[in-house]
Amino acid sequence: MAPSKRKAVKLEEAESDEAFQDLFQHEYRGKKLTDEINTVEDKWNLLPAFLKVKGLVKQHLDSFNYFVDVDLKKIIRANELVLSDVDPEFYLKYLDIRVGHKSSSAPGTKEVILPPHECRLRDLTYSAPIYVDVEYTRGRKIIMHKDLEIGRMPVMLRSNKCILDGINEKQMARFDECPLDPGGYFVVNGTEKVILVQEQLSKNRIIVEADEKKNIVQASVTSSTHERKSKTYVITKNDKIYLKHNSISEDIPIVIVLKAAGITSDLEILQLVCGSDPQYQDLFVVNFEEAAKLEVFTQQQALNYVGKRVKTIRRAGAPKLSILQEGIEAIATTIIAHLTVADLQFREKALYIATMARRVVMTMHNPKMVDDRDYVGNKRLELAGQLMSLLFEDLFKKFNSDFKANIDKILKKPSRTSEFDALLSINIHSNNITMGLNRAISTGNWSLKRFKMERAGVTHVLSRLSYISALGMMTRISSQFEKSRKVSGPRALQPSQFGMLCTSDTPEGEACGLVKNLALMTHITTDDEEAPIRNLCFVLGCENILGIDSATLHSRGNYGIYLNGTLIGTSRFPSKFVTEFRRLRRSGKLSEFVSIYTNTHQQAVHIATDGGRICRPLIIVKNNEPMVKAEHLLRLRNGEWAFDDFLTHGLVEYLDVNEENDSLIALYEKDLDPNQAITHLEIEPFTVLGAVAGLIPYPHHNQSPRNTYQCAMGKQAIGAIAYNQFRRIDTLLYFMVYPQQPMVKTKTIELIDYDKLPAGQNATVAVMSYSGYDIEDALVLNKASIDRGFGRCQVVRKNTIQLKRYPNHTKDIVSGMRVDEDGQPIFPHQALGPDGLGEIGARVENGQVYVNKCVPTNAGESVLGHNEQTPGAESHRETPAYYKGPEPSYVDQVMMSVSDNDQALIKVLLRQTRRPELGDKFSSRHGQKGVCGIIVQQEDLPFNDDGISPDIIMNPHGFPSRMTVGKMIELISGKAGVLNGTLEYGTCFGGSKLEDMSKILVEKGFSYSGKDMLYSGITGECLQAYIFFGPIYYQKLKHMVLDKMHARARGPRAVLTRQPTEGRSRDGGLRLGEMERDCVIAYGASQLLLERLMISSDAFEVDVCNKCGLMGYNSWCTTCKSFENVIKMTIPYAAKLLFQELLSMNIAPRLKLGDVF
Amino acid sequence: MSDNTIVGIEYNRVTNTSSTDFPGHQANGDYSWDIEKFKDSFEINISHITERTANFDLIHIDTSIANAFRRIMISEVPSVAAEAVYMFMNTSVIQDEVLAHRIGLIPLKVDPDLLNWVDKTQDENDRYTEDNTIVLSLDVVCTKNPHAPKNSTDPKELYRNAHVYAKDLKFEPQGTQVESFKNSPVVPSDPDILLAKLRPGQEISLRAHCVLGIGADHAKFSPVATASYRLMPTIDIIEPIRGDSAKRFQQCFPSGVIDINSNGEAYVKDSRKDTVSREVLRHEEFDGKVKLGRKRDHFIFNVESTGAMSPEEIFFKSVRVLKNKADYLRNCPIGQ
Repeated sequence: MAPSKRKAVKLEEAESDEAFQDLFQHEYRGKKLTDEINTVEDKWNLLPAFLKVKGLVKQHLDSFNYFVDVDLKKIIRANELVLSDVDPEFYLKYLDIRVGHKSSSAPGTKEVILPPHECRLRDLTYSAPIYVDVEYTRGRKIIMHKDLEIGRMPVMLRSNKCILDGINEKQMARFDECPLDPGGYFVVNGTEKVILVQEQLSKNRIIVEADEKKNIVQASVTSSTHERKSKTYVITKNDKIYLKHNSISEDIPIVIVLKAAGITSDLEILQLVCGSDPQYQDLFVVNFEEAAKLEVFTQQQALNYVGKRVKTIRRAGAPKLSILQEGIEAIATTIIAHLTVADLQFREKALYIATMARRVVMTMHNPKMVDDRDYVGNKRLELAGQLMSLLFEDLFKKFNSDFKANIDKILKKPSRTSEFDALLSINIHSNNITMGLNRAISTGNWSLKRFKMERAGVTHVLSRLSYISALGMMTRISSQFEKSRKVSGPRALQPSQFGMLCTSDTPEGEACGLVKNLALMTHITTDDEEAPIRNLCFVLGCENILGIDSATLHSRGNYGIYLNGTLIGTSRFPSKFVTEFRRLRRSGKLSEFVSIYTNTHQQAVHIATDGGRICRPLIIVKNNEPMVKAEHLLRLRNGEWAFDDFLTHGLVEYLDVNEENDSLIALYEKDLDPNQAITHLEIEPFTVLGAVAGLIPYPHHNQSPRNTYQCAMGKQAIGAIAYNQFRRIDTLLYFMVYPQQPMVKTKTIELIDYDKLPAGQNATVAVMSYSGYDIEDALVLNKASIDRGFGRCQVVRKNTIQLKRYPNHTKDIVSGMRVDEDGQPIFPHQALGPDGLGEIGARVENGQVYVNKCVPTNAGESVLGHNEQTPGAESHRETPAYYKGPEPSYVDQVMMSVSDNDQALIKVLLRQTRRPELGDKFSSRHGQKGVCGIIVQQEDLPFNDDGISPDIIMNPHGFPSRMTVGKMIELISGKAGVLNGTLEYGTCFGGSKLEDMSKILVEKGFSYSGKDMLYSGITGECLQAYIFFGPIYYQKLKHMVLDKMHARARGPRAVLTRQPTEGRSRDGGLRLGEMERDCVIAYGASQLLLERLMISSDAFEVDVCNKCGLMGYNSWCTTCKSFENVIKMTIPYAAKLLFQELLSMNIAPRLKLGDVF
Repeated sequence: MSDNTIVGIEYNRVTNTSSTDFPGHQANGDYSWDIEKFKDSFEINISHITERTANFDLIHIDTSIANAFRRIMISEVPSVAAEAVYMFMNTSVIQDEVLAHRIGLIPLKVDPDLLNWVDKTQDENDRYTEDNTIVLSLDVVCTKNPHAPKNSTDPKELYRNAHVYAKDLKFEPQGTQVESFKNSPVVPSDPDILLAKLRPGQEISLRAHCVLGIGADHAKFSPVATASYRLMPTIDIIEPIRGDSAKRFQQCFPSGVIDINSNGEAYVKDSRKDTVSREVLRHEEFDGKVKLGRKRDHFIFNVESTGAMSPEEIFFKSVRVLKNKADYLRNCPIGQ
């Protein structure tokens, strides 16, 4: 494309409610709406359409919505009855549950405590009431009660229970809320809390592993139900196969288990496990021997064998079971607990165990048949909704058992005056659910009694350092793996992560590879109903497993059909079955998130409907033609179609990792090769990266670790946080005064609105060495640029003061400022107003007061006997809040409010405006960080023909070893953009072409290479080399010298050792450590050593008795009872302390004194 | 070609950057500085001059002198800018410090000669007097516009004083300033610089004290947006370039630099217009046929004023400052 055709990205001022609308109107690669649509070029339009529907945090919202709308009802149904042990007539039944609205309220009502921003400011929990409908007996009558509030549920922002759901920008503004804020977090006690996505091994699926050294093969399945979690193994021991379970004390031979489960015929067992394969049969026959040796032939014998080995933990009150019953119980409920057995029909379970055994045999035969634990298809992601539902069920059960205990207590009383109303005792505990939910979210400790689960660190405070850091946190996935273990497998980049998890965004260090991030275009499924799918399978020609004879089960060409890991039937025409199934899914007859794929090795068709699978949309390819055509994209552009229309019309479908693995996906349209059966086409290749990595321009030209570094640094960049940033009162916030959108954007930047809330500035950079103050990645900054506002940022810090009330009716007050004799306020009170609070805009210096709080002197006194005192006569003592800091601050906001417990809450926001100084940290978007090494006058800096001098000089040594070619291309594209008046694109695997950019440079009279001839600012002569010169987007990072600088001459000491305190926050000393000490010893500077380690630290004069060697005082030895031989000497106080501590342990350290020289 | 005054522009380096015309560098030739010789050879050509910008050539002058003018114009020619801002009321969204910073950066149309230097050693209360300080005030209150057109969404129509501009800064002459500034009241040289945006109920009330300062202290005191020079480009066609090649040759330069004569041969029409993009050196076909260079003692100055003074005044002042420096040095004990 000729560069002259390129047009400026239209920045339409028109305020539209839909921020995404702009995206469709942007001219991309010089295209306008009226231009002909080319499918190859324009299929990326599906991406904004996807994000419009799904958003970046849709997984959290979907999960929470599913929890409050569906899961809660399931929980209620599972625990619907509360019965009394005392009164058999009594019952209470839960009929329905709702969050946020009453049964009588109008549809669409969202009943929440207060708008979320007010909750943030007032330290409240953003929650909605939980209403239940109950039916219970009062005497002989059955009573229905609707809308009984049993607690409050913290509401996820932007979920369908949140008042921000579905409102436009203007209404958002009215609630003081930022329309770009993604939501998906909770506000608990005023802090924003995120429940991170948790990655786990999939539940209720068979995983086969092998240890080749120990010659062990094991198939395991983690069964998870509402009631319990248990793990069942089928393992090999000396080439024999056993079943292992935690509640069975001994491994049980597999044949016995199968017999216990009702398959008594050895032939049938052989058929079920090995089919007709003689090699498998050879491997398996030994197991029959084992059972025969143990003389177990019948089901009864087998059940007895199992029953004998069950570890019985019976709850008190439950009847004792016979051994046979124990065996039946074990097979029915304990082993493979997720399969429920009705009427002692063990067949299904027996088949499941046989399948596990078969997988083991297959792996014994061919070790390559193992499953990969790290394969993303074997992982499930647990989201906020699932975690909340576990917690809620636990609390609800506790609530019910407390309620039951309570009514039992009352019903036990023989004579009651009034008729007993159960509702009167239900409300007493209503705080439990509220408090339980609040506590779990605010501390992050998920402790569930049912599963004996104790998980810490589930929630995190949402980082509001910058918009990107908040966004990055919402897409983060944490793994359950231990950080300390030195394993590479779970940390490594998995090929199956492609398109699902970001390939670049992971932290460095111990959590490397364990903390991951979602890619841009992903969706996490929620649970779907299994039963309709099962019926559908049978309709599509799947033969029910209960009706199949064992001989044909594993016959060649007969494929097992597995629904969520459980064998439900077989089909002899698997490919037809799969195609038909997919056809139904594509036509929208069943949920688009149900996945189906064939595994030819296992001769199996797997269907998955469970929640937590990651999936992503792809364009369907039929007969080598992508289904999405230009006309469809046109409809999308005209707003006739949304993303969901593409799904329902069968043009695009979601694939999860397993199904993706069964497909052939073309990356570009040019890869559609008629010789290959290509099934899908990628929508946009840059969606392999996530939101944070998407900020990097030309990342495909960088060395990969650099992109990872930038992902970590992008979260520390100071910029704009949200549209409501000046209304926020957070512990610590950083704002950039003049943030700019980058000259070189990416499509991702536009999609995630980074251009609306940017964090950085376009600096003109000269890549050259200058002054020597730029070694080791240090940067040279132009003083005139700083004067004009480059890198200027603001730091605002919250200070909270609570005014307490005391039991004796006294309370804390704020008293006014004090004045000197001239009527001027005394120095510490200069920032105060007459009300004792800091005045807005007042400068607060070190040692000045911003809230003059006073506590009553008699707060501890008893409540009684103070009635005669008038409240006004209370005496108070000043306990003001002093400002501490090397630089003064200004009072930005003062908020007064009342917190939950009726105590006055004062929040004072103090602001500092900082210009860059020596040592402040900056970084480009390519993992190239550096500190400011020197600030140079503008006239000393080099300049080009136009008189432009750089804002930043970067040392060229930063390039060869880092290989950040993307940064160089960013410079050239940025320079071309500046000259051309356009914003250029550096989108991954695309973006503006370097050739085009060079052409623009030449047209505008610059060298194609981006290198300019510069003049030295000092001598005025031309520089002998051409200098790479142009704009690069630079981020200012939060690490600033002002927050770190520290020095101390004299200062506080620790009480115990009398040594100087440690750390900047305590004004601590700078430690002369062991290694430094070694140097001083080696050098022989003994006096320096003495001074540093004793005199300047904790020198202490002691009286030592030269005779007994113990310490005395006042020249008196208490041991010898004499003044003789007592000598004064100086030792470290820590040494004296040690001697005394030793004395207390009956060890007498005696000092023997001698002359020094 | 061994012209000593040409800086060589080669494909990947710049040669001959330093001047050698000083005594003792070469055996032959007298390079001692002579005022008469300088008077004879020195030339000033003014190519254009406007209220804000000037473009002129200094020819046959040493780099150090030319660079000194440039440096002085940027950082040592005094001008007036707001230094202290006293906020009485600021309920806008923009913070006090940021607003003060923005006011400070506004170029003011003040003749710096009318003011004296502020004595920084004095106490802050006595520091500012009528002969060293100009007081500007800004008092705006945003209100709803009762006559706003219906369905308007433009804040400028809906509200009064929604946008605060530099022109809203009002000069408050102090004492004798009423007389001395009668003919030239202080105004911002660019009236439409946006300072803040307001909404009804918001108010800004402040006084700004503007004083004399130099660019080395803070960029706001620099009287120039940029003051710089470039060296005069030279293009030497060593071998004649004809035909299509000549057309391609022409394409390598900005329009107007190279022309083709009736013989179809390229010739240099105006090398001054060249931006020295070095595009021609990239192409093999012109290898050895052309030599690029820049005249080391021909400076094309470009001075863009911020508006307080005319560019020529800035240049003259830079000359005066340099002269004062020289005088100072001459009077220094070590100089004698």
